[in-house]
This record gives sequence, C-alpha cells and structure tokens, in this order.
Amino acid sequence: MCTVCGCGAGETKIEGEHQHTHVHEDGTVHTHTHDHGPDHDHARSHDHVHSGEHAHAHGDEHHHEHGVAGDLDYGTGPAGAHVPGMSQARMVQIEQDILAKNDTYAAANRQNFDERGIFALNLVSSPGSGKTTLLCKTIELLKDKVAISVVEGDQQTSNDAERIRATGVPALQINTGKGCHLDGHMVGHAIERLKPADDSLFLIENVGNLVCPAAFDLGEHHKVAILSVTEGEDKPLKYPDMFAAADVMLLNKVDLLPYLEFDADLAEANARRVNPNLTIFRLSATSGDGLSAWLDWIQAGLEAQRAKRSESVDTLKRRVAELERQLVAK
Amino acid sequence: MHEISLAEGVLQIVEDTAKRENANRVKLVVLEIGRMSSVEPEAIKFCFEAVTHGSIAQGAALEIISVPGAGWCMLCAETVPMQERYGACPKCGSYQVQATGGTEMRVKEIEIE
Repeated sequence: MCTVCGCGAGETKIEGEHQHTHVHEDGTVHTHTHDHGPDHDHARSHDHVHSGEHAHAHGDEHHHEHGVAGDLDYGTGPAGAHVPGMSQARMVQIEQDILAKNDTYAAANRQNFDERGIFALNLVSSPGSGKTTLLCKTIELLKDKVAISVVEGDQQTSNDAERIRATGVPALQINTGKGCHLDGHMVGHAIERLKPADDSLFLIENVGNLVCPAAFDLGEHHKVAILSVTEGEDKPLKYPDMFAAADVMLLNKVDLLPYLEFDADLAEANARRVNPNLTIFRLSATSGDGLSAWLDWIQAGLEAQRAKRSESVDTLKRRVAELERQLVAK
Repeated sequence: MHEISLAEGVLQIVEDTAKRENANRVKLVVLEIGRMSSVEPEAIKFCFEAVTHGSIAQGAALEIISVPGAGWCMLCAETVPMQERYGACPKCGSYQVQATGGTEMRVKEIEIE
C-alpha cells in the first residue's frame, strides 16, 4: 500500500508517479497524481475540499487559499508539503487501529480463558430487556452443573451484582461512572479479582446500551444480544452494529407475545438481515419457555472449551514425553 | 458516547509515537474512519479536542479520511459498494453481503515537530 496517500493495490500505477481517487466526507470525489521521486514534488492540480471548519496549523512554507463558506484549499496537500528539509515538521506513519490497546487486553483475556477451559459470554442489550433476570434464571438452572462467575457492568449502584450474589454465585460489580461500556482492561481486572475456576462459565453483563459495547472486545467467546418483545421489531435495523457483532440473539419475554402487537418473525428476519449467521433463541426468563435450548447451547460451548483445553494439555504432555525420550536417548 | 474512549485511544497512540520520535508538538493527526464503522466523525472531532487539552497534541488539527464502504456479495460473487452495514447489494438486492471495507478506525499518521 502507498504510505503517502494510503491508496491500496489494484489502482493505476505509473512509474515514479501514481494516481488515486479521494472521496471526501462531503462526497467530493477527485483524482490526482503525485510524484514519488526523491524530492517529492507534489502536483498542484488538486483541491482538497473539506466540509465545515478546519483548524489547520501549517508552517509558512505553505500557501493556503481559503474559499468561501468554510471550504479549505490545501494547495499542495500534506503528502507533498511536508518535505524533509523544507520544514521542521514531519509526518510519522502510524497505521494503527484505534482500538488496538483494547484488543490487546481482550486477546490476553481470551487466552487466559482458553488456557483454563473457561467459556465466556458477553451479554449486551438495551436497558430493561431482562438481562439480569435472564442471568439469574440461567445461573439457577446451571449452578449445580458448572462453576459460574459473573461480572456486572452498570454506570452506578451494585444492585445487579447483589441480585446475582443472591443466587449463590460470586459476582463483581464494575461501575463505569460516566462510561457507557465495559472494556478489555476492566474485564482483565475482574478476572484477577473473581479468579474463575477451570472449566467454568464466565458471564459478563455489559452496560445496558445497544450502541457502544458493540465496538469493544472483552475477550469473550460470543456476544449475546438480548432483544425483548416489548421493544420494536426494527431494533436490529436501528442498532445494526450490536446485532452484527453478536453471534447469538435471545428474543426474551416471549410469554408476553399474546398481549402485544410484536411480530417475532419480523424481528428475527430483521436481525438476520444485519447478521445472516445469527443463532436465535426465543425464550422467557420469567415463564421458563424456551430456556432449555439456550442452556443446551451454553453446555455445548462449555464442552467445546474443555475439549480444546484437554487437547492442548494432551499436546503438551505428548511433547514432554517426546522431549524426555530424546533426553534418555542422549 | 464511546467516542470519548476512542479519542483517548487516539491520544494514547499519538502520545506514544510523539515520545518515541522526541517530538515537541503534534500539529496534525490523520485518522481513517470507515463509513460503516461505529464512529461518528463529528463526535470524535469534539472528543478529540476535549481529551487532547493539556497534552502534547493540544491544538493539533484533526483530519478524518472517510473510507467508503465495500462488501462482498455472495450471490454476485464480487465486491460491491455499500452505504450501510445492513444494506442490500446495489446490484442484486440481496442482503447476503459481508462488509469488507469501510469498517476501519485507524490512526494513519501524525505531523510532529
């Protein structure tokens, strides 16, 4: 990829010069050429038009022609203007994901889970979809079969963690204060504090918010989005990021369907439009309808994690045995 | 408002780079934000100004390069332009389109002195 303009492969390339097309925020499209020679001259034939105001501090070497109504003409543009030797200022290529730091924490969490055969789920939804009630019910039905620990994310109060603790499993409340989501770093600390058992189930109830938690990987194995039938069928279309990020959708409170004008099939179709690979369960935490399929899905996930762990343990054992044999042979 | 967390992520990357390069000041930060990413460019501009206050990047200009959306349509078996993440294929109208471009959120480069 060209590191001056970021244009990708497959574009027209002329030796020593190349051409590419910019599409700006305001929809302006323009094509220009530039020179990649050692002195890095930049063709002055293109205009960078930006929408809105744009505070841009450049050295005196630049000549900016300002248009009307907030438009800004860069003239030479940054790639050609910041030539070493012409100005003390210099461009530093970074090309790094904004979320790279979070993703590093999340990857560490995931590795921690995998090494210990833990199955981790991140439950996301809007406030009031019944996440905590569903969690309590799920825990009650599973706690005799598997060790469970829970992380509760809320802006304020430890009400939810107290509800979970009442079921008899350890829960840690994270208050995000002004924050709107949990991040990988917070969950890393929660793992340290909760010390989940090997081969256990780790449940994270994210802050009730259908927007922000979608972008933040916590190291979970699956995001589980909960949509209740008291919300609109079009929620997956209104908040596509979350339903695209999730692997599972739970359509909750289905016991209320007879009293509502909610089209469950339409809700599922909308969700699949955003994410064709979504696994969907219809259930009610209150009446218990449909819970068994959801519990079976969790059990299958737990078994897969354990199998993966014992597989890697077996691989390690085989390697140890092999190395020992080699030592003996010597 | 997760843009504030993202802006802090940007600042962290910028500060690390500026320190490594022994910069005195950051003049310009260039981001690449896909049109189908979960970032509102206006919100991140606002947040960037707030989080850079008092940092090495205070007063730095923020340029956002908007990356157009693209997806792989399974029926057409080709890359098609996309406007929205859940949008239909502009050629065949099916929704079996997997986003392949326009979901990025990256710090592309910075100008320092």
